[in-house]
Amino acid sequence: MKKAQIKFMMLIAGLLATSMAAAEYGLNLRKGVTEFSEAAYGMHMFTLWICIVIGVVVFGAMIVSIFAHRKSKGAQAEQFTHSTKAEVIWTIIPILILVVIAIPATRALITMENPTDDAGKRMQFDLTIKVTGYQWKWKYDYMEEGISFLSTLAKDSNLARQKGSGIDPATVENYLLDVDNPLVIPANTNIRFLLTADDVIHAWWVPDFGWKRDAIPGFINEAWTNVKTPGTYRGQCAELCGKDHGFMPIVVEVLSQEDYAAWLAEQKGTQAVEAEMVDKEWTQAELMAQGEEVYNTQCATCHQADGTGMEPAFPALAGSELVNGDPAAQIDLVLNGKPGTAMQAFGNLLSESDIAAAITYTRNSFGNTAADAVQPATVKSMKQ
Amino acid sequence: MSHDITHDEIAHDHHDHDHKPKGFVKRWLMTTNHKDIGTLYLIFAFAMFIFGGAMAMVIRLELFQPGLQFVEPDFFNQMTTMHALIMVFGAVMPAFVGLANWMIPMMIGAPDMALPRMNNWSFWILPFAFAILSSTLFMDGGAPAGGWTMYPPLVLQGGHNVAYLVFAVHLMGISSIMGAINVIATIMNMRAPNVGYLNMPLFVWTWLITAFLLIAVMPVLAGAVTMLLTDRYFDTSFFNAAGGGDPVLFQHIFWFFGHPEVYIMILPAFGVISEIIPTFARKPLFGYVSMVYATAAIAFLSFIVWAHHMFSVGMPLGAELYFMYATMMIAVPTGVKVFNWVATMWKGSMTFETPMLFSLAFVILFTIGGFSGVMMALAPVDLQYHDTYFIVAHFHYVLVTGAVFAIIAGAYYWLPKWSGHMYNERLGKIHFWWSTISVNVLFFPQHFLGLAGMPRRIPDYSTQFAEFNMWSSIGGFAFGLAQVFFIYIVWKTVRGGEKATAEVWEGAKGLEWTVPSPAPYHTFEDFGPVDLDKMAHGKTH
Repeated sequence: MKKAQIKFMMLIAGLLATSMAAAEYGLNLRKGVTEFSEAAYGMHMFTLWICIVIGVVVFGAMIVSIFAHRKSKGAQAEQFTHSTKAEVIWTIIPILILVVIAIPATRALITMENPTDDAGKRMQFDLTIKVTGYQWKWKYDYMEEGISFLSTLAKDSNLARQKGSGIDPATVENYLLDVDNPLVIPANTNIRFLLTADDVIHAWWVPDFGWKRDAIPGFINEAWTNVKTPGTYRGQCAELCGKDHGFMPIVVEVLSQEDYAAWLAEQKGTQAVEAEMVDKEWTQAELMAQGEEVYNTQCATCHQADGTGMEPAFPALAGSELVNGDPAAQIDLVLNGKPGTAMQAFGNLLSESDIAAAITYTRNSFGNTAADAVQPATVKSMKQ
Repeated sequence: MSHDITHDEIAHDHHDHDHKPKGFVKRWLMTTNHKDIGTLYLIFAFAMFIFGGAMAMVIRLELFQPGLQFVEPDFFNQMTTMHALIMVFGAVMPAFVGLANWMIPMMIGAPDMALPRMNNWSFWILPFAFAILSSTLFMDGGAPAGGWTMYPPLVLQGGHNVAYLVFAVHLMGISSIMGAINVIATIMNMRAPNVGYLNMPLFVWTWLITAFLLIAVMPVLAGAVTMLLTDRYFDTSFFNAAGGGDPVLFQHIFWFFGHPEVYIMILPAFGVISEIIPTFARKPLFGYVSMVYATAAIAFLSFIVWAHHMFSVGMPLGAELYFMYATMMIAVPTGVKVFNWVATMWKGSMTFETPMLFSLAFVILFTIGGFSGVMMALAPVDLQYHDTYFIVAHFHYVLVTGAVFAIIAGAYYWLPKWSGHMYNERLGKIHFWWSTISVNVLFFPQHFLGLAGMPRRIPDYSTQFAEFNMWSSIGGFAFGLAQVFFIYIVWKTVRGGEKATAEVWEGAKGLEWTVPSPAPYHTFEDFGPVDLDKMAHGKTH
C-alpha cells in the first residue's frame, strides 16, 4: 500500500474515533437500573469482546493473506485442499466459546423467568401492576389499590409530531418520550407486571429495566422488576401496532417508598372525586369543555381534530348518521367498540364523565346538529 | 433420446448457429430455455430491487431528521412492509433462481433444466404476483402496513389489501416451489454421467439444499396466510383470541417458515462466494466436503430455532433455553464456512477483480452480521435488542452485504460468460468502493441506534437519535445511487466491450468455463461424460 493511502486511512480512523467520542450518548447498550438490566449489559459486553477478538483473528488472517499472498507480489498458489486437524480445531474452539457464553446467559434467564428470593423460595411481589396496550396508549391498573389511569403521548410532542406542524422537535422537551400520566412505582420493591392488550399486539419496553415483553390480546404475560434508583425512566412500544406505533411512549417515575405512599393517597382522593362527578347533572357548557379535551387526546388521532376522519379505516364524524341520530346507538358503539377495527371498547378505558362529554362534544361540533347533552349518568346506566 | 431425430434436425443441432426463437413473444414469453429464463429472472429481480429500493429511499428520507416532513405514519408503515416483501420475495429469491437457471445446467454438464415448461411458468407467475401486491398501493386504505411478518390481529385491520396480500404470497409460493422442484430434478437426473454428487460445484450443492428448504417451508407460509384470509373473510378464529384462537400461533407458524427462509436467501450466496474465492486465489476451495456438510447442518438447524424471533412473547423458561442453545449452535457450521474461505485465500495467489472484491467484502461484512446474530441468540440480552434498530442493522448486514453482495459478485463473475463481453474493470471497482463505503455508513450506525433504544418500524424518533439517523440516510442515498450506476455498467457490458474468452478468468475452473463466451443457446446437448479435471472441485481428495 502506498504511503498516501495509509495516511488517508489513518485520517479516516481518527475522524471516526473523534466523532464517536463526541456522540457520547447512546453508542452502547444502557447499563440500566435493575439487577436484570445489569446482567444483560454484562453479557452484552462479554459477548461483544469475544466477537471482537474472533473478528481480529479471522479478519487479521484474511488481511495478512490479502497483502502477502497476492499475485502482484509473485505469490505462487499452493494447492492444499483440506486439513482435518485444522478443521477439527476450528469446530471445537467455537463450541467451547459458546458454552462459556451460555452459562451466564442461562443464569440471567432463570432470574428473569423464575425469580427466587434470597432463601431460594419463589419471589414474593409487593405490588402488581396490570399493563394494557391500546392503539395507541397504555392503561395501568394498580391491582391491589384499585386505581387505574391511561397514559398517552404528551400534548406538546403530539402537536409537534403532526406532519407539517412547523414545530421544531428540538424545542420540545423529551420529544416523543413524554406522557400525560406516567406510571409511578416505588423504588426497592419487587413489582410484578401483568401485560395484555385490547386490540393488537404491543410490547412494553423500558430499556433501563432491561427487558421488553409483548402485550398480546387474550394473553396475560408476566414480568417483574425491582428498581434500585429513584428517577424518571423512558421507553416506547416495541411491537408494530399500527399507524401511531411510534407515538405511544412509556414513562415510569420511580419514587422513594414514602413519596410513593403520598402519591398513592392523592390518587385515591382524585379518583373518589371523579366517581362523585358521574352522578351530578352536568351543564352543556361543562360537557362541551371537558368533551373537547377528551376528544382531542383520545379520538382525534383517528377521527381527526375536525371530525373528518380518514376513510375508509377511520370514518368521519362530521355529518355522520350515527352521531346525528339516537344517542343510545352512539353510546353503545363508544362503550363496546367495533370488533375487527381500531374502534376500541372505551367502556373499560374512560370514565363515564369523559365518555358522556366526548359524545356530547361530537354531537355539537364539526357542523353536527344533534344539539343535545349526554349525561354521565346515562352512560353509567347503559354500561350496567 | 436422440434416436428419433431426423438427419435434417441433426444438421440444425450444430453449435455454430443458435437458432434462438424469432420474435419477442416466442423468444421471451414462450421460452423454455434455461439461459433465457435465467435472464428473465435476473432482470425481474433487478427491477424489483430498484422498486423496493425506492421505498427504502422514502423511509430514509422521512427518517433523515426528527419530525414528520414527507409522509404520514400509515404510509410509512406501508413502505416498510412493502419494501421487505418486495426485497425478500421479489429481489433476492428470484435473483438466486436466475443464477441457478443460468449456471446449474452448465455446471453439471446438462443441456437444460429438467422441466423446461414448468420453468417458464414459474417465472411468468412472478410478474403477476407482484402486480397484485403492488396494486394495493393504489387502493383505498393503501398497501399492507402490518409489517412483512403479517402478524395478526394488526394485519387484519388492513381492509381488503389482506386478500391481495394473501393471494400474492400464494403465487410467489407456487413459483418458488416449482423452481425448487426443477432445481432438484435437474441436479438429481441431469448431471453428466460421470459427475457424482461430490464432484458438483458448491453453488450446485447449496442450491440443492436450498431447494429442499423451499419445498419444506413455502407450503407452511401458504397455510399461515390462508388462515389469515379465512380469519378476515370467513369468520374463523385461528388467530383471534376472542373466538378462542391464538395470535401467537401465527408467529410460530410464520417463523417456522421464516427462519429457513433466511437461509434460503443466504445458502446460495455461500455457494457463489465458494466459486469466486478459489478462482481469484488460484487455489482449490479449502475443505470442500466440510463445506457441503456445514451447509446441510445449517439447513437442518434452521428448522429447529424458529422461536428465537419470539423471545419477548412470553414462552416458558424451558422453551427459551432450548431455542437459545439451538440458535447458538448455528454459529459452529457458519464459522466453519468462514474459516474455510479464509483458508482458501491463505497461500493463494490472489488478484482483486470486482467479483473478488465483492466476495472479500461479503466474508467480512457477513461475519459482522453473524456476530450480532450470536449476540441476539442470547435470550436475556435479546429482550433488549429485540425489535430495535440493532436487529435492523443485523439483518441488513446479512442480507445486503451478505446475499445482495453475493448476487452482485456473481453477476460480475458470470456476466462475461452471459454477454460475451468483459465489463469495465475500472467502473466495477468504482461501483465496489462506492457501494461498500456507503452501505457501512448506512447500516453500521443502526447498531448504535438500536443499543441506544430506538425501536424499529417508527416514522419519527426522539431527538437523541437524530445524528445517527442522518448518517444512515446519507449512506442510504449514496448506496441507492451506486446501484443505479450498476445498471449503467451492466448495460454497457451487454452492449459491447472487450470480447471475453471461454475461460474468462485466469484461475477459473468449472464446466461453465469450457463453453464459449457468450454461452451458446444450447450447451452440453450430447448428454455425454465431461472432463472431471475441468470441474471446480475436480477430484475431491
